[in-house]
Order: sequence, then structure tokens, then C-alpha cells
Amino acid sequence: MIAIVDYGAGNLVSVKKAVDWLGQECTITSDPAQVEKATRIILPGVGHFASTAALGRTGLQDAISDAIRRDVPFLGICVGMQWMFERSQESLETAGLGLLAGECERFPENVKSPHVGWNDLEIAPSSPLFRGVSSKSFVYFTHSFRVPLTETTVARCEYGGEFSAAVERDRSFGVQFHPEKSGEIGLKLLNNFCSL
Amino acid sequence: MLTKRIIACLDVDGGRVVKGVQFENLRDAGDPAELAKAHSASGADEIVLLDISAAHQHRTTLLDTVRRAAGQLFVPLTVGGGIRTLEDAAAVFAAGADKIGVNSAALADPALITRIAERFGSQAVVVAIDAKRCEGGLRWEAFTHGGRAAAGRDAIAWAREAESRGAGEILLTSMDRDGTASGFDCKLTRAAADSVRIPVIASGGAGGAQHFVEVFREGHADAALAASIFHYGLSSLGDLKRQLGSQGISVRWPC
Repeated sequence: MIAIVDYGAGNLVSVKKAVDWLGQECTITSDPAQVEKATRIILPGVGHFASTAALGRTGLQDAISDAIRRDVPFLGICVGMQWMFERSQESLETAGLGLLAGECERFPENVKSPHVGWNDLEIAPSSPLFRGVSSKSFVYFTHSFRVPLTETTVARCEYGGEFSAAVERDRSFGVQFHPEKSGEIGLKLLNNFCSL
Repeated sequence: MLTKRIIACLDVDGGRVVKGVQFENLRDAGDPAELAKAHSASGADEIVLLDISAAHQHRTTLLDTVRRAAGQLFVPLTVGGGIRTLEDAAAVFAAGADKIGVNSAALADPALITRIAERFGSQAVVVAIDAKRCEGGLRWEAFTHGGRAAAGRDAIAWAREAESRGAGEILLTSMDRDGTASGFDCKLTRAAADSVRIPVIASGGAGGAQHFVEVFREGHADAALAASIFHYGLSSLGDLKRQLGSQGISVRWPC
């Protein structure tokens, strides 16, 4: 069972719909016990970085950390990816998971923010998440903060300079874009995650 | 590079698409779910479902339509028309919409924008503005209720206020151009796009590929929306995107 983690921020229907479409069993849950039992974990996220504070309060963060230690595949989407890092300039008083080193930053003033729409990717060929997806593929973004390039970056995107579109460490992945809204490419990526 | 978005709009009345678009291999050319899927397959970057039903009992029908359309659509779906409260918006999100569009209700109660944005995020809130030239074309006035009533607000000032209250995008329709197929109002679009930091979607007047080129180049639009254009000369969104690409406009193609 794939757990789609609900921490009270935004709309999780689209992610569930896409996973359902792939024929994978999934459930939207805010129960740490259910997250602990999951075979895979997806942490969606729309809205404000501060909303991730709920993960710490509810015991969901401990359940996720524990699962990652046990090598359970984890996918953070959008703010869910940002939360994998140490902190975000959007809410410096909210600590991230700190699984990956780095801080989310604003876009520079010379581009419109949020970054909304379809943008293309430069993909590292070795990433299992992007198996069968070629560089220059378009995916759908909507975000006001971003993760700079780090040593865990496996896909880059250009908008007011390059930033991390996807990161990877062992069996934990983060994507800044929305695979559930990125057409066939996004479904392929979610399917890759479900087949890890 | 961030591409310019082409958005297909379906006007829905009582669960059926009006201004029907002709697609081959479609069992039912008036079914919003089938049309949304067909548009997506032919290259639409987003779909907008605009409920124009006057009757209140059609809300249940709309939610059912959204549910059916969303179940097989994997590009962003915006639903607008008749959303007056946070609860209305929540029901539409629960049915599978990614964004909601608010127009008259936001003008009547601008705090509605903030309430929806705080709960669902700014990226989910599109403020739709119907604008009409006034004072001999020197400025634009915002209208409500499907263009029937003047709101007493300058359209550009309202776009700025909507942004400051938490809107994620502005969907700007030129009432002067809507339905004319004579081209987008590039001056209006540019005035808004240069005044806010959030994306502006141009709407009203699309008649051919050149109109899209103009509104992206001269109007500074981030996205352009059309409903009935596929009746008039352009056989598909793919054709439109190929033409835009050949003129140097960055679009998602092939997709």
C-alpha cells in the first residue's frame, strides 16, 4: 500500500487520482501508524513551507524518517521535496527534515514569481526515477521557492538561473514539479517510483 | 525554458459543453469529460471548465462533471463559474479541480481570495477579470455577472489588488474582443501583465495563430486561452503549437 501523506495542507486528490490510474493501491492518510506500514510514501505539498510544521507535531515526521531509514521508497512533491532539506527562506522558523543539505530560496527579482507552467528538464541519465524519460521533456511547475543545485540534483530546470527540479538520495526522491499534472511524462515517472 | 501556455476553455451549461468543438472519433461531442481529454491529447497545456449554468440545481451536475473530467485528465484543471464561498471552492477541489476561478464573488468580497488561498494555496486561486474599454480606450473597467454589470473598479487596479490578496494567476478576458475572432486585446493584456508579478492569462478574441503570437510578444501574456477557435481554420491545438514554434514562441511541443 502506498501512503499519500495528508498533513492538512492543500489538495491531495490529484495525486491519488494519478496513482489510482496507474492501478496502484494507495490511501490518503494522516495516521503515523499507517505511514509506518506503507510500502511506499508520497508526500505531496502545495502552499506554504510553514504548513510542514504539522508533520513534526503529529508524529508523521518520525514515521517518515523511520521508513526512510528502513529504505522504504519516498517521494516528496513540490513543498514535499523542499521539506527534505534543512530549511526554506519562506519560513525560517520551520525546520525541514534535513535529510538533504541545503536551503530553499526565492526566485530572483528579474523573473515573475510564482514560476507557473511547463518547463523542460536536463536529466541525469542514471536516475531510476526518470527511466525512459529523456532530457528536454516538459513538466508542470507551480512554486515560489526553489532548491538550488546540490550534489543530490538529478534533474535541473532553468528559470531565473538553474535550480533543482529533482533530487535523489538512495531510495528517497524529491521533485519540484507536479508529476500528477505533467501528462504522460509525469505518469511514467510516478510509475517508475511505484516500480522501484 | 518556461513555455507559453495554451489553455482550452470549455463552457458548460447543465453538464453539457456549449459552443461545442468538433473532434473526430468522439462518441459525444458535448460531453465535457470527453472533450477535456481530447483537448489534452491534442496538446492543451491546461483545461478550464467554465460553468455558465444559471440554475442553482446544476451545482451537483457540475461537481459530477468535474469528477468525471478530472478522473482521466493529467494536466491542470481549473473550474470557474458560480463559486461564491470557501465551501463552494472546497467542493470543486474535492471533485478533482487543481485551481478554481473566481470573478463576481471576489469583486463583491475580495477577502474570499485570501480565504481560499490560505486553505488551498495561492497556486490554486485564479482571479478572472472581465474587462471592457472605457473613456475612449484610455482604461478598462471590470464587469461582473457575465459582463452584465459594471463593478465600478478599474480592471488593472483590481488585478493588482487580487495579487496582493493572494491570487496566483489572473485570467483576463477582453469583453470588447470576446467572440469576435479579431485578436486578443494586446494593450489590455500588457497593461495587466506589466503591473503584476503573477502570470496573466489572456482571453477573448483568438481567431488564428498570429493572434497568439501577438499576445505573447506584444501583450506580454504568460498564457492564452481560447474556446471556439478550433471551429475556425485551426484544426487542432497541435497545429497551433507547431505554428507558434515555427515563429519562435516557446511552447510545449511535442508533448
